[in-house]
Amino acid sequence: MVTPSRLVRVTLSRLAIAPARVVPSLQTLTRRTRSALWSTGRWFLHLWRASLQFRVIISTMLLGLIVVLLLGTYLYQRIADGLVSDRIQTARAEAASHASSAQSRFDSAGRTDAVSLTQLAFDVVGQAASPGADQSREVILTRAKNNTGPASVPTVLSSDVGLPSVPAKLRDAIAADPSHQQVQLISISSSEGVPVSAVIIGSRVTLPVAGQYEMYFIFPLDREQQTLQVVGRTFALGGIALVLLVGAVAFVVTRLVVDPVRRAALVAQRLSSGRLHERMRARGEDDIAKLGKSFNAMADSLQKQIRQLEDLSRVQQRFVSDVSHELRTPLTTIRLAGDLIHDSRGDFDPSVARSAELLHTEIDRFESLLTDLLEISRFDAGAAVLDLEATDLRHTTQRAIESVAALAALRGSRLEVIPTEGPCVAEIDPRRVERILRNLLVNAIEHGEGRPVTIRLGVNQNAVAVSVRDSGVGLRPGEAGLVFTRFWRADPARARTSGGTGLGLAISHDDARLHEGWLQAWGEPGVGSCFRLTLPRRTGVPIERSPLPLTPDEERSAAAQAQATAYRPVSASGGAET
Amino acid sequence: MKHRVLIVDDDLALSEMLGIVLRNEGLDVVLCADGSSAMAIFRESRPDIVLLDLMLPGIDGIEVCRRIRAESGTPIVMLTARTDTLDVVAGLESGADDYVLKPFKPQELIARVRARLRRSDEPEPEGLQIGDLSIDVAGHSVKRDGKPLSLTPLEFDLLVALARKPWQVFTREVLLEQVWGYRHAGDTRLVNVHVQRLRSKIERDPENPEIVVTVRGVGYKAGPA
Repeated sequence: MVTPSRLVRVTLSRLAIAPARVVPSLQTLTRRTRSALWSTGRWFLHLWRASLQFRVIISTMLLGLIVVLLLGTYLYQRIADGLVSDRIQTARAEAASHASSAQSRFDSAGRTDAVSLTQLAFDVVGQAASPGADQSREVILTRAKNNTGPASVPTVLSSDVGLPSVPAKLRDAIAADPSHQQVQLISISSSEGVPVSAVIIGSRVTLPVAGQYEMYFIFPLDREQQTLQVVGRTFALGGIALVLLVGAVAFVVTRLVVDPVRRAALVAQRLSSGRLHERMRARGEDDIAKLGKSFNAMADSLQKQIRQLEDLSRVQQRFVSDVSHELRTPLTTIRLAGDLIHDSRGDFDPSVARSAELLHTEIDRFESLLTDLLEISRFDAGAAVLDLEATDLRHTTQRAIESVAALAALRGSRLEVIPTEGPCVAEIDPRRVERILRNLLVNAIEHGEGRPVTIRLGVNQNAVAVSVRDSGVGLRPGEAGLVFTRFWRADPARARTSGGTGLGLAISHDDARLHEGWLQAWGEPGVGSCFRLTLPRRTGVPIERSPLPLTPDEERSAAAQAQATAYRPVSASGGAET
Repeated sequence: MKHRVLIVDDDLALSEMLGIVLRNEGLDVVLCADGSSAMAIFRESRPDIVLLDLMLPGIDGIEVCRRIRAESGTPIVMLTARTDTLDVVAGLESGADDYVLKPFKPQELIARVRARLRRSDEPEPEGLQIGDLSIDVAGHSVKRDGKPLSLTPLEFDLLVALARKPWQVFTREVLLEQVWGYRHAGDTRLVNVHVQRLRSKIERDPENPEIVVTVRGVGYKAGPA
């Protein structure tokens, strides 16, 4: 038998630690209460904001409560008033009849000695007081205030209700107007010591020999009070039930309305996520069914339009592809013929030879324009796809620099590269990125006025970047966002010198966007401009910040930070984000 | 000996122009205007290289390419106006060695053609061993356990380039320059597609290559013996 002793020990040990756990300090208690209140309040606020249903139910219940309270108070008051005035009326009638019968008994009294008078007074009072034990009335017979004769008959009380419970005001009123009943509401204490309202009615009786006496009838209102209590309790219960009922009704009604709205929201969500076949259930003729039907009609027309757009886009893609083939084949022949003529221009007249040269360069320009236009329309048709490959950006940059070296030499621009210390690997489409960099470099060389161009590489946690900075003409305020617009030129009056198509930066912008990267520009007139390409290292991992500065301000703060601490990538803000 | 070029293209102006350019380079030119007769003319003229347009009336270029490849390893250079990746890859996978995008410069085309013809001019007696393959460079044959494997000249060149320096990792760009003769960077998809084709012929399990191994982020190398 081990179990009991173990039980006892367990109980004891619990008891031992109980005080510390059960009675926390007052401070922690209030803190806990406060935090509980706080979280409840927040929960309530959240529900209030998030749920239409909750809001409707709570406001309906509040309104119901107010109405029930007002109505209940009013009715209660009316009932209480009615009960009291009824009681006063019957009390007056009873009091009048008892007073007159007492008067007639006193009048017809034969013996007028003090003892028999007193005996008679006791009789009269005993008779006037209720015969039963229900204590429905008390009677007091006392000397009138202005009766200054010898007190041959003492004050007679039907029970332990004392004379002091008769208010002085009432006595004064009887003294002033002895021919009428005087009524007043007072508060007496019942046999249990609980204060009870009562009606007191006073009238004058004349005793033989003893003279003027006052006779008081006290009718306690305890029954009425009990009735009122019952009524009040019933009202309260009824009110609570009514408010709950109103709440329940609101719940059901809002449920009927909110449910379809929620379903509509769900279906709309699915539609917007691309499931164009989703429809609402629409049965019957009511408003909800109408909502469902018009919602479905909207979805139908959306689906139709999207289909049409898709068809259009397919046609467009097809067209681009066909144009591509149809234009390219004759262009190839022209190109071959042009080159052949160009190669033998030495044998021609000077004017024909010059024509051959012009033909040659313009074929080049035509070809690059065609290529760029086709590339742009491929982006527009959504037909451009990435061919991703883990690539070291240093190699890509190097190749882009080599491809523009001839142009740079021609313009006298020196290309300075600041590479990263370590590798700069990212999942990119090397052909597209090289094209972006080539475009940025050509742009920098063309607008760099022969001054050096700085190419900087950067890498951080989830992004790689290349910036191309020139010290040329720069960009006027507002132009940073325009440079990526198709066929946009900073100064239309400026002669086009190197035969760019005007589409290079626009294509680069689209290429960067295809990579989910950024291509941003900054520039200041006379200071120069900076183009920064930032690409995610892995697809689907968004760029938080670029590893390289874009504006000189950022450059300075980056340098300051680099001096202050170890190297850390600098966040970039401002500029035209793509 | 003059090399012979077969040009299969339905655009007569372009074919004629190509003929002029190539004849100026000292090559013999045979023209063919549609896909249906291409095979007959191919068998009859026995060209050293085929220039093939992808879009042809009759039988399309990809099918012609497949049929030529089925019976010979003659170098095929595709002429294509399509820049879409899928078209290019489909052409390469059907057996073309190289492709030129229209519009191209004459020098560009000639460089491609010369690069494909060049290998037949360099007979050097040399024997290489990589994995369980033995390569006879002069005899243009690859043998596993004495049984010859059938490779196209380009695939053979690719394998030889890798096998000559088994310790070296070749980037795609370097392979493009050495095997295809590109001066500047070209389309690295060429390398990817041909490495796949080569593996399908020489690897015991092409899914887990042991002879031509990918070095992630860099390129390819001939695997350890």
